[in-house]
Amino acid sequence: MTLSISPEKQRIVIIGNGMVGHHFVEQLINSNANFDITVLSGESRLAYDRVYLSSYFSGKTAADLALTDEETYQQWGVNAITDAWVNEIDRSNQIVTTKDGISYPYDKLILSTGSYPFVPPIPGNEQEHCLVYRTIEDLEAISASAAQSQVGVVVGGGLLGLEAANALKAAGLDTHVVEFAPQLMAVQLDAMGGALLKDKIESLGVQVHTQKATEAIEAGEQCRYRMKFADGSHLETDMVLFSAGIRPSDQLARQFGLTVGERGGIVIDNQCKTSDPNVYAIGECALWEKRIYGLVAPGYAMARAAVASLTHAEGEFAGADMSTKLKLMGVEVGSIGDAHGRTPGALVYTYHDQPAGVYKKLVVDANKTFVLGAVLIGDTSDYDTLLQYTLNTIELPEAPEALILPSSGEKPMLGADALGDSATICSCHNVSKGDIVDAIESGSCSLGDVKSCTKASTGCGGCSALLKNVVDAELEKRGVEVSKAICEHFNHTRQELYHLVQVEKIDTFDALLNKHGKGLGCEICKPAAASIFASVWNDYILRQAHQPLQDTNDTYLGNMQKDGTYSVVPRVAGGEITPDKLILLGEVAKEYNLYTKITGGQRVDLFGARVDQLPAIWKKLVDGGFETGHAYAKSLRTVKSCVGSTWCRFGVQDSVGQAIDLENRYKGLRAPHKIKFGVSGCTRECAEAQGKDIGIIATENGWNLYVCGNGGMKPRHADLFATDLDDATLVKYIDRVLMFYTKTADRLQRTSVWMENLEGGLDYLKSVVIEDALGICDALEAQMQNIADSYQCEWKTTIESPEALKRFRQFVNSDQPDSNIQFVTEREQIRPATSAEKYAGQQVIPVEIV
Amino acid sequence: MYAQAKASTSWNDVCHVNELVTNSGVCVLVDGIQIALFDVLVEGKHQYFAISNWDPIGQANVLYRGIVGSLQGNIVVASPLYKEHYVLATGACIEREDVSVHHYAVRVEQERVLVAL
Repeated sequence: MTLSISPEKQRIVIIGNGMVGHHFVEQLINSNANFDITVLSGESRLAYDRVYLSSYFSGKTAADLALTDEETYQQWGVNAITDAWVNEIDRSNQIVTTKDGISYPYDKLILSTGSYPFVPPIPGNEQEHCLVYRTIEDLEAISASAAQSQVGVVVGGGLLGLEAANALKAAGLDTHVVEFAPQLMAVQLDAMGGALLKDKIESLGVQVHTQKATEAIEAGEQCRYRMKFADGSHLETDMVLFSAGIRPSDQLARQFGLTVGERGGIVIDNQCKTSDPNVYAIGECALWEKRIYGLVAPGYAMARAAVASLTHAEGEFAGADMSTKLKLMGVEVGSIGDAHGRTPGALVYTYHDQPAGVYKKLVVDANKTFVLGAVLIGDTSDYDTLLQYTLNTIELPEAPEALILPSSGEKPMLGADALGDSATICSCHNVSKGDIVDAIESGSCSLGDVKSCTKASTGCGGCSALLKNVVDAELEKRGVEVSKAICEHFNHTRQELYHLVQVEKIDTFDALLNKHGKGLGCEICKPAAASIFASVWNDYILRQAHQPLQDTNDTYLGNMQKDGTYSVVPRVAGGEITPDKLILLGEVAKEYNLYTKITGGQRVDLFGARVDQLPAIWKKLVDGGFETGHAYAKSLRTVKSCVGSTWCRFGVQDSVGQAIDLENRYKGLRAPHKIKFGVSGCTRECAEAQGKDIGIIATENGWNLYVCGNGGMKPRHADLFATDLDDATLVKYIDRVLMFYTKTADRLQRTSVWMENLEGGLDYLKSVVIEDALGICDALEAQMQNIADSYQCEWKTTIESPEALKRFRQFVNSDQPDSNIQFVTEREQIRPATSAEKYAGQQVIPVEIV
Repeated sequence: MYAQAKASTSWNDVCHVNELVTNSGVCVLVDGIQIALFDVLVEGKHQYFAISNWDPIGQANVLYRGIVGSLQGNIVVASPLYKEHYVLATGACIEREDVSVHHYAVRVEQERVLVAL
């Protein structure tokens, strides 16, 4: 059977979908050229990350390691077929055929078949627990074997072998490494470096046996197997893992007449063409200038060269840098360029700190002008700098040894600015500093943006620190301009808008937009403006003119959940609640069949209220003495407290009373982000106040005030701000801190980030709040007092206004509820039905497809 | 999902124009279909839009509760769930090329809002 594909496009068939094969596809798609692309993968899954294979043992799954999926390939229009092992290439008719007999015609064929692990021809190497380390299937087999073993041996002390040893050690095995050469990592390290690495690895509990040639694997006495060595010694083990190097998978090329090297590898030219100009080879199966490259970066470079050739673009493969930096079992190891100093006339500097286990070697040319190579063991902090010197042939400073000596102040650091635009930052994806600058120029304004835009540091990850330096330096240069505008409608920060609103007495969004913005606004600037109006004028949040500005949570005074229902959270100041109120909460939850959960802020959250049910629910709550908890708002959420001196044997102050007073004072404040308080009655800190924006801890003499802590995504411990305060001073300081924050912070900036970004940080904040350095403390207090005085419960006001209540309808022309909101019961309460559950309950009308 | 395709469009009187909220959305139910109606004031003139109320990414009937605004010249609503933007005139999703929502013709006549299905 022959599948014919649209003939007008050039047909590209790629055999193999490893990291390099996938990179080729990605590059070809990015080139925007019009090809018909077919990927034939011999494995049962599409490309995954082999560089991080060992992370499989620390909990990563096959899905985590995946580099792509069928959906992505479909979106790209790539025909990807797994389990499609090719066993025939008909070069004269340009057709490949898989083991299942399916044929694929090609105009250009790409061999990206990778390599296979070399297993030394040792008698006994084919036994059940003799394994290799290459694919996810191999890892599954290793896991299974390790589960039935106590001792494991890795044959091969190279980079991959040590990775494998780490995996065995992580699996809890008594682990050994057997190496034929006199040292570990003989390719990348010199003898001294290899010896130091061996010491370090042995101190971590892995036995290293160098200069051991295995002669046979026989049945063991204490363990499953016995390995017999040429020197007469032996080692017993339950499993053997071969990691003694790779061999190019060039069988297809051999079988169908392409030129291969004497010791294997498909011979390619600078365009990655094989001896047949319609067939390319890339990655570990390819032999370029008699070299096989077993790292991912050179493979990627070959993929790019092949794409360039196919699209008639510029770019050839010109060899690749084999420098590596990695952490082996926690030991930092780096190798750059000519690590052995084999270049004629090369000179060497070494630094060896035996007690600390650090060894550094710097290889320079005869004139001491350029770096040729380096070895770093135990400390690779100089790696990035040395690599830049090597790759970009940067001239060495006067005293080159300073580059590897421990920094005693005068270390010549190669900052991001010392690099030219052509300097390569990420060699895996060939990203230069210029590319990064371009990305930032065209709008990337964070490390994450730059990464997703340029792909820098998404390969081996070795350049991540350097990338961050460059991005930080470039952003810093233009930081002000980049982050200034709140959105496309205003070229101002939130703080600037705050001042404009206050100074020009602006109280509607239209006025603000007409005067200072453009367009119609959006979901970023509108809620920000609403929050500013609320802070400055303390306007009722549902005022008609402000209504369209609010996020749905503020409009409906509840937190929207995934199914479009809302949660109901009444305020329980300080976490103190009477039995009657608790019963009322239960009654309301029961009547409206709401899911009930205790929150982390010492109150009760009722879930599953439809928008049309909210007013009736809140009417019951308000009538029973509750008020809104502002759980939906950027404002004070809760003041958490411990039970304090009233009941606790250890409490020294009434923390509950204090918490209730504070919560009632600040409950109406609208701020750039949510604010949480905690009050602890003694130093045991049961209220976790130091994890809050405002934390108060009782002392024998009063209260210690902590500021700018938070939990959440990036927890921050609050800083001690003032000690032994009396009640009045405590409130005064909190007034000032919060009002200053509300006026000067950016949109959605928590107090922690706000303070860290204040020039002068905590000391500056103290000078403003305690010493009144800006002379604004009276104004800050007056503004806070004004907000406290004009507080109103938004829900109480809402349910008293027929006009406002009109908003709480799903449909303006029908009283029906939203039929998509459906619940099922789990653990005796409701939860949203999944879509499968919803459709299962519906009568499905059969449809005939014609 | 079981609505039959109609042979011709028909105008449905759905509500009084006073029910609309300027620069925001409301929702109407027509033949079992939820339609989000928006009244946007552009340079002093009211423009009316009607799109499906179903958020195809968040999988809930919530689009009328989004914030209305403009993005690169398009009048859009931001989904209240995950903030994707839908162009009110076409239903196209700005963040996801492969996602869009239905849009419907809408007009106001003698203070009544009419939607074509």
